[in-house]
Amino acid sequence: MMTSEFFTSWFLPGVWVTIQVTLFSAALAGVVAFVIGTLRTSRFWIVRFLSGTYFEIFRGTSALVLMFLFVFAIPLMFRWQFISPMVAGIVALGLTYGAYGSEVVRGSLAAVAPAQREAGIALSFTRMQRLRRIELPQAWPEMIPAFNNLLIELLKGTSLVSLVTVADMTFAGNLLRLATNESAPIYTLLLVLYFVFAFILTRGMRLLERQAKARIGQKPEKLGLLSGLRAKPSTDVVTGTGGVK
Amino acid sequence: MNWDWSVVDAFMPRFWDGVLVTLQALFWGCLIAFTLGLVWAVAQRSPQKWISWPVTAITEFIRNTPLLVQLFFLFYVVPEWGPSMSPLTTGVIGLGLHYSTYTSEVYRSGIDAVPVGQWEAATALSLPRGHTWRAVILPQAIRRVIPALGNYVVSMLKDSPIIFAIGALEMLGEARGFSNETFTIEAYVVVGVAFLVIAYPASLLLRALERRLVQ
Repeated sequence: MMTSEFFTSWFLPGVWVTIQVTLFSAALAGVVAFVIGTLRTSRFWIVRFLSGTYFEIFRGTSALVLMFLFVFAIPLMFRWQFISPMVAGIVALGLTYGAYGSEVVRGSLAAVAPAQREAGIALSFTRMQRLRRIELPQAWPEMIPAFNNLLIELLKGTSLVSLVTVADMTFAGNLLRLATNESAPIYTLLLVLYFVFAFILTRGMRLLERQAKARIGQKPEKLGLLSGLRAKPSTDVVTGTGGVK
Repeated sequence: MNWDWSVVDAFMPRFWDGVLVTLQALFWGCLIAFTLGLVWAVAQRSPQKWISWPVTAITEFIRNTPLLVQLFFLFYVVPEWGPSMSPLTTGVIGLGLHYSTYTSEVYRSGIDAVPVGQWEAATALSLPRGHTWRAVILPQAIRRVIPALGNYVVSMLKDSPIIFAIGALEMLGEARGFSNETFTIEAYVVVGVAFLVIAYPASLLLRALERRLVQ
């Protein structure tokens, strides 16, 4: 069904594009999540208000609509455009999923025992020192399960870039369908590939969680093969809310 | 900055058509997601391994693969053996099926939160299994999860523009069609704002509902 020529010239580069988009937008989302998330715990109401507004705006917009705005609307409106549709897609995904991530960071920071913060104040740590030395290291293991789910959502979201002309693996799959009219094998392959990627990401995050928990002296629980594909964190990253009580 | 209000006016009739399709997709998608999710959740708790295991595997697979590719699968592959459906119907089924795997988790946590004593009481009264579910467990479980389900309605709304990829003309699809015909971009901005205008009040409402139900 798949000619080897097509495979090497379109499909493999497509897989590589998907991996790149996932990694770059995850990095951007991580930065946004930590910056906005910590700002949302600020002492000053104006900082909390502005960072909260960012969260509400990006939680309220669809990543796909944002991508269309970036790729088609902004170049004509402001006579300025992203270097490529791929960069626009990465930025759209990073900003959207970063907003969801900020809720994870905020929630985990709020869950650190107040006595820890007070101990920091008693030792006259500055605000930054407290955050870096006391609060973040303890909140970090709590964040990982939620970040794991968010990363899978992001991976799934990368397929949207194919709709703004980025040649990722979904795009290559569509080209192949047009060329050969054989849709069953190609879409099955795509679904399996995305699932395998999600599985690999989960395993990686699980490893990270074990290390992070070991570092603060907690024992990680053991999970079965399929039972743990999705973690059960305190923050629901799909809806960006406190999750199910 | 290029901005022309007359273009916005010209887009309005098609915009409202798009809103109607989006809301239709959302309504039917939610209906499927909420019922199918409950079926998954109950099936996953079945004592028979041959029921619970395949259901778990299928829901995990659907939840961890992109909705967009699932829609392509439903739209291009399924008609090869099964019925061919209109883009909107396919979109509704895709959205509903995808989100049913999320709502099943919500139901599951709601069911887990029902105290064990309720199960034991049902056993002590020798209620049949179906009756236990219908009259004892689910009424208590579903009450708890209503706000969480509501949050998924907002998430579905934000994922609904994906169905334009298979040709269902919802808001984004109408905006794209209009913009391509007239070489303008205002329609995209209108749709972007429309999503915010619908999603933000909805999430405020849900937060209020959550606060009331938790008390």
